[in-house]
Amino acid sequence: MSLSMTLTVIVALALAGFFAGRARALMVVQGRAQELHSRPQYYGWVVALTAALPALALLALWSVGHDSVIDGMVRGGLPADVRALPTDKLGLILTTIDNLAHGRAVAGEVPDYARAAAARSTSLVATSRWIAFALCVALAIGGFLVAYRTVAPPMRARNTVERVMLSALMACSAIAVLTTVGIVFSMLFETLHFFSLVSPLDFFFGTVWDPRFAAAGSNDSAGQFGLLPLLWGTIFISLIAMLVAVPVGLMSAIYLSEYASRAVRAWVKPLLEILAGIPTVVYGFFAVTTLGPLFRDIGGGLGLDISATSALTAGVVMGVMIIPFVSSLSDDIINAVPQSLRDGSYALGATHSETIRRVVFPAALPGIVGSVLLATSRAIGETMIVVMAAGIAAKLTVNPFDSVTTVTVKIVSQLTGDLEFNSPQTLVAFALGLTLFVVTLGLNVYALYIVRKYREQYD
Amino acid sequence: MTDIAADSFSITSSDARARNARALDSSRLRARYGAEKRFRVYGAAAIVFGLVFLAWLFGSLVIQGTGAFRQTQIRVAVELDAGELGLSGTPDREALEKAEYQAALRASLRKTLGVGSDRGERRDAYALLSNGADLEIRSRVLADPSLVGKTINLWLTAGADVDTMLKGNISRDVPENKRRVNNRQIAWLDKLAADGRVGRHFNANLFTKGASSDAELAGMGVAIVGSLYMMVVVLLVALPIGVAAAVYLEEFAPRNRWTDVIEVNINNLAAVPSIVFGLLGLAIFLNVFGMPRSAPVVGGLVLALMTLPVVIIATRAAIKAVPPSIREAALGVGASRMQVITHHVLPLAMPGILTGTIIGMARALGETAPLLLVGMVAFVVSQPATPFDPATALPVQIYMWAGASERAFVERTSAAILILLAFLITMNATAVILRRKFERRW
Repeated sequence: MSLSMTLTVIVALALAGFFAGRARALMVVQGRAQELHSRPQYYGWVVALTAALPALALLALWSVGHDSVIDGMVRGGLPADVRALPTDKLGLILTTIDNLAHGRAVAGEVPDYARAAAARSTSLVATSRWIAFALCVALAIGGFLVAYRTVAPPMRARNTVERVMLSALMACSAIAVLTTVGIVFSMLFETLHFFSLVSPLDFFFGTVWDPRFAAAGSNDSAGQFGLLPLLWGTIFISLIAMLVAVPVGLMSAIYLSEYASRAVRAWVKPLLEILAGIPTVVYGFFAVTTLGPLFRDIGGGLGLDISATSALTAGVVMGVMIIPFVSSLSDDIINAVPQSLRDGSYALGATHSETIRRVVFPAALPGIVGSVLLATSRAIGETMIVVMAAGIAAKLTVNPFDSVTTVTVKIVSQLTGDLEFNSPQTLVAFALGLTLFVVTLGLNVYALYIVRKYREQYD
Repeated sequence: MTDIAADSFSITSSDARARNARALDSSRLRARYGAEKRFRVYGAAAIVFGLVFLAWLFGSLVIQGTGAFRQTQIRVAVELDAGELGLSGTPDREALEKAEYQAALRASLRKTLGVGSDRGERRDAYALLSNGADLEIRSRVLADPSLVGKTINLWLTAGADVDTMLKGNISRDVPENKRRVNNRQIAWLDKLAADGRVGRHFNANLFTKGASSDAELAGMGVAIVGSLYMMVVVLLVALPIGVAAAVYLEEFAPRNRWTDVIEVNINNLAAVPSIVFGLLGLAIFLNVFGMPRSAPVVGGLVLALMTLPVVIIATRAAIKAVPPSIREAALGVGASRMQVITHHVLPLAMPGILTGTIIGMARALGETAPLLLVGMVAFVVSQPATPFDPATALPVQIYMWAGASERAFVERTSAAILILLAFLITMNATAVILRRKFERRW
């Protein structure tokens, strides 16, 4: 009896419960709905919920527990000499049994006890599903009957239903928190695992990145996991990106809010914002096929050696992507500077640009710094552009024409191979991810802090 | 400003000094107006830079990509000789499925081109057509078994190299040893073209086929279906949870430390780098829950978590925009708070909620990095039947094709990007129209 079948039966019972409960509510008052405490459908809901919720909870618990219990039983049924094998060999055998039980192809010779265990596992799974089905349906029917019998005019059905709804709403808002908790804990757990294999000092202060992919798994593959070259690459590329994005974004924000006519503004602002909506993989492709070769050719003409994947290419493209972040945030902030400050400046004889540079800009500065920091955190976390256009060589270099690599690139490259999950080569990605998370979170919080602390309060 | 003011007030009554100051002023004024003009030009230049880049990006994609929507085909008179096909008597369906279409096709091709028994010459001739050309014949014969024994004129897909050269993406002036199409093949192609046997037709493969190492047989079909499944998962997960969370925070939550934590949390989640969500998906969904790799349902869940803050923020804004008078009126006629929300506030906030959701989904559709980590970079040939089967996604397919070395894939990558952008533009336009149409000022 499959999971979906059980679910369908429960849902069908709940549906039946809704109609039965509503009908009974109307029946007990002979159709005079005003004599009921709540509207008739609330009685239907009560019956439906009492039928479905306990059964669903049981089903969820069963599904969570079921695999490990059966696993333990199958393992317990293996011959004693097999159970005494070292963990890695035992794991291999268990995988074989698992594959057999699911009808997947198995390589090599299969011992008899494995076949027997697989058969046992299959039959256990079937039994367990039947038991789950029987229990859940019994629970649903029981809930249905109990609730159905309690339907009576004084029953406060609406209050019950609304309490359940409110707890559901609360649970949903907790999911947002659970996501963060999940992010932090999943990465923290794997990172601690990684630090048990590689010293944190070697990770945070190492200057060589050489994870030795080829020899992964064998015991002599120490590998070096120095964070610094990756961090430098990230900072370097973000710096180039900000050198493009800040002047361009700021000047366009100033032009749009101070000089442009209403018509120009209405057209140009959405057009510029398209730049932020284009998927980053598209920027990456553009950098690789168009901008990279162009820079290489220009560099060749000038006698410079620019590699096709360079910090410059990735940085410039990323900078263009970030322009709208800087410009639209700054635009809002510049617009928030009160007109009276401008008028005061004009009255003293300042020109338009002098007013902007000496009055508006200083007044808007905290907000602008905040927006630049937010944009920087976006640049640091950006992945696809650098994966495609920045290269994979981890180098500590200040030459923008050379290829460098970033934290995000290495997270992707460490996790897209077929690697066992407890080697440092794989686990390092989680340490990198946690570093990235902490850095971007820190930047965001700092940006908000700056904006709050230095915000000028007018009026 | 203060020192400028002080300067201008410190002028004394002396005539000479006044004249001097005026001369100074006019030159200074010129300089100031010059600075004013320059400043304005900088601003305009910044905007022009952004717009030119945008135009350049789109222009280069359109120029590179439009060619891929049409595929070169070669018309070959295929003799479906029963003997050559290895068929005898009245073949049943199974026999038709296993028949030697390649042999028949090759014989017909040799005849069309007048190729002798030289093996190099034969190989060159066969390379003109795609590896999948015999399958095209097969599907024709399976659809109409009476074709066996006849000669039919069929447009068959040309090889990717031939396609690339005929579209002019590889110049004929390149020395022969650096070209993938040699002089003999060019001569044949010219002759075929003169006979009207070379043409370009709509490239249906691009929209239906899955992954293939032959560029002419590779398509976005699997990716489109995979992305569709993921969007459905995002909609089913992020919309209800997001709306419920927003309703709780906006209407029920007491103002205390716990709700402050939730609020700060949601704002920070919106700024977490997308690749971190990929790590979460890998660690939790794949390793802890044991969900299948490369499955759209996992990718969809990861994207749903990413979209959740967007939906929550949009919903809260939409709920806030519903005026309190509506709530008070409903409460006044005896509705409970839950009824006020489900019967009045949410229906009125719906356009805003949907607009926010569509924009969030458009962002999720273009997202690549987290999908790489949950194994969506897969070579999937056949269409996924359910969201639990391996599939790829549109942006991931673009990433994979961008990494392919054949020249023919550049064109296809650009075309794939155009398809993705078309989806994104449609979604965003829907959101804008929705907002325009249902926006209410209270």
